[in-house]
Amino acid sequence: MILGWLIVILIAGGLIAWPLARLHPLLSRLIALSAVTLDLALALVLATRDFGPGSTAGGGWREELDWSWIPQFGIHFHLGMDGLSFLLVLLTLFLGVVAVVVSWTEIATAVGFYHFNLLLILAGILGVLLSLDLFLFYFSWELMLVPMYFLISVWGRERRTHAAVKFFLFTQLSGLLMLIALLALYFAHHQATGIYTFEYQDLLGTPLDPHRAMWIMLGFLAAFAVKLPAFPFHTWLPDACAEASAASNLVLASLMAATAAYAMIRFLLPLFPEAVHTISPLMIVLAVIGILYSAILAFSQTNLMRLVAYASIGHLGFVLLGIFAGNSLALRGTVMTVIAHGVSIGALFLVAGAVEKRVQSREIDTMGGLWDTIPCLSGVGLFFALAALGLPGLGDFIGEFLILIGTYQAHIAAAAVAALGVLAATFYALRFVQYAFQGTNIHSWHLPDLAAHEGFVLGVLIAVLLWLGLYPQPVLQTLAQAASHAPALWR
Amino acid sequence: MNMQLARILPEVILTITGVIIMLAEPLLQKNSSRKPLGWFAVLGTLAALFASMWQLHLPDGTAYFGTVQTDAYSVFFHVLIAGIVLATLLVSLDSIDGSAESVGEFFALICFGAVGMMLMTSAVELLLVFIGLEISSISTYIMACFRRKSAKGPESAIKYFLLGSFATAFFLYGIALIFGATGTTAIAAIGRILTVGQTPLLAVVGLAMILIGIGFKVSAAPFQVWTPDVYEGAPSPVVGLMSTAPKAAAFAVLLRILYVAFPLLHYHWQPLVWWMAVLSMCVGNLGALRQQNVKRMLAYSSIANAGYLLAAFTALSQEGVAAASFYAVTYAAMNVGIFAVVSHAGGFGDRLTLVQDYRGLAYRSPLLGGAMAFFLISLIGIPFTGGFFGKFYVFAAALHSGMVWLTIIGLINSGIACYYYLRLLAAVYSKPVHTDLLDGIPRPTMPLLLALVLTVAATLILGIVPGQVLSLARAGANTLVPYVTTAMK
Repeated sequence: MILGWLIVILIAGGLIAWPLARLHPLLSRLIALSAVTLDLALALVLATRDFGPGSTAGGGWREELDWSWIPQFGIHFHLGMDGLSFLLVLLTLFLGVVAVVVSWTEIATAVGFYHFNLLLILAGILGVLLSLDLFLFYFSWELMLVPMYFLISVWGRERRTHAAVKFFLFTQLSGLLMLIALLALYFAHHQATGIYTFEYQDLLGTPLDPHRAMWIMLGFLAAFAVKLPAFPFHTWLPDACAEASAASNLVLASLMAATAAYAMIRFLLPLFPEAVHTISPLMIVLAVIGILYSAILAFSQTNLMRLVAYASIGHLGFVLLGIFAGNSLALRGTVMTVIAHGVSIGALFLVAGAVEKRVQSREIDTMGGLWDTIPCLSGVGLFFALAALGLPGLGDFIGEFLILIGTYQAHIAAAAVAALGVLAATFYALRFVQYAFQGTNIHSWHLPDLAAHEGFVLGVLIAVLLWLGLYPQPVLQTLAQAASHAPALWR
Repeated sequence: MNMQLARILPEVILTITGVIIMLAEPLLQKNSSRKPLGWFAVLGTLAALFASMWQLHLPDGTAYFGTVQTDAYSVFFHVLIAGIVLATLLVSLDSIDGSAESVGEFFALICFGAVGMMLMTSAVELLLVFIGLEISSISTYIMACFRRKSAKGPESAIKYFLLGSFATAFFLYGIALIFGATGTTAIAAIGRILTVGQTPLLAVVGLAMILIGIGFKVSAAPFQVWTPDVYEGAPSPVVGLMSTAPKAAAFAVLLRILYVAFPLLHYHWQPLVWWMAVLSMCVGNLGALRQQNVKRMLAYSSIANAGYLLAAFTALSQEGVAAASFYAVTYAAMNVGIFAVVSHAGGFGDRLTLVQDYRGLAYRSPLLGGAMAFFLISLIGIPFTGGFFGKFYVFAAALHSGMVWLTIIGLINSGIACYYYLRLLAAVYSKPVHTDLLDGIPRPTMPLLLALVLTVAATLILGIVPGQVLSLARAGANTLVPYVTTAMK
């Protein structure tokens, strides 16, 4: 039942926060903050449950909720949580709190509607992470779309409408392909067993002939690859990030990518093992291209948000590599990278947003020499840039290291080329620091340094990255519990 | 109560309501408000709605020499039509009164039109179908012309009238040919006769004529050319009505004719309907992309939606019929809703016509803007709205019957459709606000709010807990299903 509450609290919080902004925007912010914080606390309560390896009681789900929803189609409101979804739920709610806090000063117009959209996205993400019914999964997947569209198009910069429409069209079209695939799977299951169901665990065993399995798999893959985003479907992300506010970018790049990676691990790999195996060489090539290509593009960006967006695509290339490498080591690294990427790239967006708020621009040539006037913010920026380039001792390193080891076992060449990507990341990350913070203060900026709440948020993010980098065992152990559902994947 | 009369009770109630309004209208003071007449029409429609629901308790059967049949199917569409008419009346109460002449007549015409549409859905005899079609068409012709003083109004009405009567002529000619081939105009009897022996060519030609006639009424491509012009010129509440209720009735008739009278000829009509569906989707969505005028854009969108609905026809299964019925309901809810917003924001004279005129509507009036955004999201087909579940059901039915390409074309089309809906959505939420145009929008009145609550609630229910309506649609489809299963397998 806790799982139901997690979603209900967010939606209810959003619905209450919306009209309250008319009384006072502060009320709306407080309601949103308390709803997300309450959710985070509830999720942490779940941490006391046993997520250790081998705990398979209750169908292997640590927490489950199953209501009949539309019986005519065999659709259930079925939520379940295991180690994998637990970690990502925690990430979502943690970054959710961060997003609300960051918006405190950044968002000044239509505050109520903003928080309604933000909380609705978080609810949609939780729905994706917890669904054990594929219809519910699709429902939640699409639910994230419209509020995200509003976040970009209402609170974005000059070319926001264009960016928002591009984001919407990419995700909606690919989502429709997934819908066709989902329906095809549903009917294939009926053909084989005579039962209409969208249940994850029933569909897992659907016998499919290879040809059909391939097409269905491609439908799902289209949606996930666009949302991740994977090369060559990534073009919407830099456009959207260049226009949206920092908090929206945090949700867009960190959390949406997490849902896509989760969906691949939870649904794509176990549902279509053979088809995935067939297509994995192609995906590995795409992943490696994505890693290198995004590094080159990131290096040549002049817009700070775009630069970070391409950095994000580079990390997500590693995620894609880990998913299709085909062994459990890489898969563990993938989850680790998703979490660390969420924190580090999210934080980079926040740093870029903080800089933008001070110099009123996202263009890198308006900056330079900021270290003299805002040393704390610049230092924090350096820290996250180092995290993004994979400095040992920080979360990203662990994840990418595991992925590279895993890939090495399967495809030596791919691992070798991808390792170059780590090197390439050094260039853009250092360029970010050099051009924005170092050098001479040619524009003679005199700016206020980090405010208390900014410092606090970024400090917490630093602590989390350090924790992930120095003591990743809790994450990896929690992950082990997911093994009971798709043992072949995690062995 | 007389059993015969009970089977046409909703129609009787609405006819009496209409007649009373016609008689009362001249008795009212010349300059007094006609709103009481409107409220009386609302009451009559409510009574008809409950009467239709009550008909569910009647045993299935026919009346008046086997011309009218009440069953779950007819009741389903009766309730739908009554609901649409109710919402339309609420929307037009304030927007028509004081702006047009002979307002009383308008309310009476809506009632009479509803009678015709209801008759179409319960008639099981082609001639009665034709009479219902004519009653409903003639009242919509007149209503389309209610903005007599604007140049666009009469133009659109004349276009609608000329092409419309041409189409009904096709329909009538089709009936004549079928009568020539089978010697009967009773739908079930035609089905029985055609199961024996060779299918006469005359019947096939007759069926094609009927398809053309109905295709025109539902504005399916390639019979859609009139739609944008007529929708642009007619008053917005009327467009909300005529893009939903007469179409639902025509679809209901077409389903009954195709599945009951011509199930065996499905290898003739299924490819035709397939092409009509594909063409309508493509013409509608591609046409809408270039429109700057909101009403024209929604007209193209209604062509596309006719295509989605026709896609369900090709499924040749009980699911297909149920999906088509369900989609008719969802489309009605969101389309009546969006035209309620358009008619209030634009007023009787359509002050807001272009997409850019709607810039900033959400900031000027959060309620209207929000409602418009909600209906647009439903038209796009995002989960939690009826628009999503309707499309889901239609394409699930089509895919289940092996219509893989139709499903793919349809879903890609609904992806394209996002673009133009988003353009309007973006305008509604964009700054700077178009103050000079938007300042003229009056505060939403009580009847309008009622209509919006009704349509928003319906759209939400259809999207989140569609179980009840789904069961009713399936029960309706079941009454056609004996024919479906026996003849098509």
